[in-house]
Amino acid sequence: MTYQFDFSALLPFWRDFADGVWLTLQLSAVSTVLGFVGGALCAIARADGPPWLKRIVGAYVEVIRNTPLLVQIFLVYFGIAVLGLRVDANVAAVLALVVNVVAYTCEIMRAGIESVHKAQIEAAECLGLTRAQIYWHVVLRPAIERVYPALVSQYVLLMLASSICSQISAEELTAVANRIQSDTFRSFETYIVVGLVYLALSFVVRWAFWGFGLLVFTRRRKLGTAL
Amino acid sequence: MPTFGLGHLWFLVVAAGWTLALSAIAFLGGGLIGFGIALARISDRRWLRAAATAYVQVVQGTPLLILLFMIYFGLAIAGFDQLPALIAAGAGLTVYASGFLGEIWRGCLESVPRTQWEAAECLALTRWQRLTRVILPQAMRIATAPTVGFLVQIVKNTSLASVVGFVELSQAGKLINNSTFQPFTVFIVVAAFYFIICYPLSAWSRGLERRLNVGRR
Repeated sequence: MTYQFDFSALLPFWRDFADGVWLTLQLSAVSTVLGFVGGALCAIARADGPPWLKRIVGAYVEVIRNTPLLVQIFLVYFGIAVLGLRVDANVAAVLALVVNVVAYTCEIMRAGIESVHKAQIEAAECLGLTRAQIYWHVVLRPAIERVYPALVSQYVLLMLASSICSQISAEELTAVANRIQSDTFRSFETYIVVGLVYLALSFVVRWAFWGFGLLVFTRRRKLGTAL
Repeated sequence: MPTFGLGHLWFLVVAAGWTLALSAIAFLGGGLIGFGIALARISDRRWLRAAATAYVQVVQGTPLLILLFMIYFGLAIAGFDQLPALIAAGAGLTVYASGFLGEIWRGCLESVPRTQWEAAECLALTRWQRLTRVILPQAMRIATAPTVGFLVQIVKNTSLASVVGFVELSQAGKLINNSTFQPFTVFIVVAAFYFIICYPLSAWSRGLERRLNVGRR
């Protein structure tokens, strides 16, 4: 193999890479927060809502989980354009990511909610807690604590999946890489560097969630185990 | 401007065939390498375990899009610059599938109780015999449901093969949309194709899970 690796060609572009990383993190953070809230609400609706709502949420989750994110992104991005609205590519990207991750979060949270014992809820009712109190203290918090590891994995995958937003000209890390490799003709080097950056990001995100878990779930036991 | 018609629909049907072909390549290739990874992950040798762990971390920690680009350009540098897009995309998806399948199957192998290994050792079986005669038959029962579930992920992720110039279902949809500009019609039909392929797999996986009841053991 006579190929000469030249990583130094990429050095002048470090600012572009940094901007890409920043946008990737922003897209992922916004989608994670909105996706978590939306997913939790969907899971509650699916567990305790009226039958028609349960069916709608169920269908939504199945449709999203059985179609590719890329097609969902195209549908949102081109669909918005056809409706005559002018929306920034980043907004369309976040919208598509949220629609996607809400479905996955809903499915994970449902497993958590189902794992809360019925007797716990009955006991809470006996103590005269209101519905909202029961949901918050007895159902949701233990449920979230139990599925927290699964949620973290899902959100790390979301961060990696945000690379697909490069396909609709959202200028995140992968889109930056695409542009730089066509400027420098150093394709292989560019994608190796960006791959390593994503790898580092996935570790950082994992550690951040782990630290966040320690702060939020103060009861001293191993996460993800049965209560 | 042309509107979405039967000709376009037929184009999508053919493209769906390519999506299935690519999924099959990714599953077979990924399954073979993934099985090796799963065995390496439970190996006696420390360096082999470390190497397999590193491989899984890298594959699971980088986006598939970047993996595809790296393998596409990497193959070109290695001298294979005339490869058909199917092979380049298939190689990328194989690497991706092997990283995830290896980790899924490692979990299945490890969920067989340790005592089974020990009992087989007492019967003077070699390590290979212990694995193939005692552990694998039990692990395979556990592995079916998650493996079928992961097939859905493979089918969905073949949509990214379009970035290395392979015309599968999503890329076909994008091409049609470029000429007709009816995104709702086109991409809803494309999504419906994916749903028709993936939903039976999801339902099958759920059925297997219920029947084996592995979740509650």
